[in-house]
Amino acid sequence: MFDAKKIREDFPILKRKVNGKTLVYFDNAATTQKPVQVINAIRDYYENHNANIHRGVHQLSQEASQMYEDAHHVVGKLIGAKWDETIFTRNTTEGLNLVMYAWAMRKLKKGDEIISTVMEHHSNMVTWQFLKEMGIKLKFVGINDDGTLKMEDYDKLVTRSTKLITVVHASNVVGTINDVRKIGKIAHDNKALFVVDGAQSVPHMPVNVKKMDADFLAFSAHKMLGPTGMGALYGKRSLLQSMDPFMYGGDMIKQVTLEKSTWNDLPWKFEAGTPNICGGVAFAEAVKYLERLKMKNVRKHEEEITKYAMERMSEVDGLKIFGPGDYRNRGGVLSFNLGEIHPHDLATILDEFGVAVRSGQHCAAPLIHLLKAHATTRASFYVYNTKEEVDYFIDVLNKARKVFG
Amino acid sequence: MNIYQENVMDHYKNPRNFGKMKKPDVVSKDANMLCGDEIEIQVKIKNGKIDDIRFSGPGCAISRASGSMLSELVKGKKISDIKKIKDDDLIGMMGIELTPIRRKCALLSLRVLKNGLEKA
Ligand SMILES: Cc1ncc(COP(=O)(O)O)c(C=O)c1O
Repeated sequence: MFDAKKIREDFPILKRKVNGKTLVYFDNAATTQKPVQVINAIRDYYENHNANIHRGVHQLSQEASQMYEDAHHVVGKLIGAKWDETIFTRNTTEGLNLVMYAWAMRKLKKGDEIISTVMEHHSNMVTWQFLKEMGIKLKFVGINDDGTLKMEDYDKLVTRSTKLITVVHASNVVGTINDVRKIGKIAHDNKALFVVDGAQSVPHMPVNVKKMDADFLAFSAHKMLGPTGMGALYGKRSLLQSMDPFMYGGDMIKQVTLEKSTWNDLPWKFEAGTPNICGGVAFAEAVKYLERLKMKNVRKHEEEITKYAMERMSEVDGLKIFGPGDYRNRGGVLSFNLGEIHPHDLATILDEFGVAVRSGQHCAAPLIHLLKAHATTRASFYVYNTKEEVDYFIDVLNKARKVFG
Repeated sequence: MNIYQENVMDHYKNPRNFGKMKKPDVVSKDANMLCGDEIEIQVKIKNGKIDDIRFSGPGCAISRASGSMLSELVKGKKISDIKKIKDDDLIGMMGIELTPIRRKCALLSLRVLKNGLEKA
């Protein structure tokens, strides 16, 4: 049974006071809190197993190597991938950059085209802009008023030069869950690669790289109960094998002479240098925590909270929520504006009452402008959030309305 | 401490010298990186003094109130004196305690004005 109240007991930080009030943490799209199981895994790693990996025959090195390799199995399994197709990175941003540097920059040529969307986080937009210098064209699928993608744009934008189609699976601003299966099919029907930004989907719902037929999928540990500085990139094995490394140095080579080297096996070929070993171990612990809850239950819980929050927020005078009206088509991310109150002011008032939300442009400036907003306030939910917290949040919104009324 | 004190809210709700003027001598503009808020300040100069001033652009209560207070403060003042205004002078005038992040909101107007006067 999924019990958010019980889950809360695993999160020490939720007991903390902020400005004299009990913390209500609604900034989960930015980063999530960490359960004691993950915190203990970090402690256990450094207290009992710490060593460098792949280079020592001594006991600790063997333990650390095994734990780090096991972590790839755990994280890969969550998304239906093999362990050696699961490359550990620092975050989503690094994963997408890896695809850009190690695939796109080497395999694409002048006149080739990439299709992204206007809904992207800067990390899946700015990264590709870099290729313009090589004469590669970047095109964007637009959005409808309700924050859904204009799917018909793909027909207009796809040409024989389209070599890569990339999309955010779940939006960190409007919450929209995009139809990745359909977009993946469009990509592959046109012999283009399909790259998915899973930063806001992998933490919140069942995601399977085989079902969506992704060539690459990037996500971050810190948005799913894990540590910062840790993420993963899934890549199809055949593709990863056909690519040259992203970075060069130790651990990613098999044989080295002064003149040349041969690349190590997957995934190490893409993990040059001493990695964040402890981070990988803690990431796996976070995934195990989520798997005990089961991703479909995580999704169900967030649907319930989101539905409830949307209903309660619609009772607040002058409040406008951006994105799809149906909670079933969106993640637990609610961007909104309250009358003329500036999001920074609203977030400051919420903070005075212990409620943590994000305000601003959410690293998606082009999207915010398309929404004809200047900035928004964003509440985003996770496994430990409750309806009682939503009620409290609504009370504070009403107080804010009075201060600024 | 509540930063939305009466005087701040008064300047926010009824900002002084808000809007645009015809034929300004100086126009200066900048954005707050964090939120994308923009302030544009226009100034008319006469005999080395600010004869008139207008500020505009979307902003939070803190940035708008500080713009409003700053505009009142500098009107009629010598440019050489305005260049000497310190960050804490303006924040002191607002009479509230600000976190480092919100300080940036409060100081945007002063930065924009000073940058503009450099060019004047
Ligand atoms: C949709 C989306 N993509 C990418 C990112 C970037 O993630 P990270 O900062 O962990 O690289 C984020 C994080 O805010 C996000 O929400």
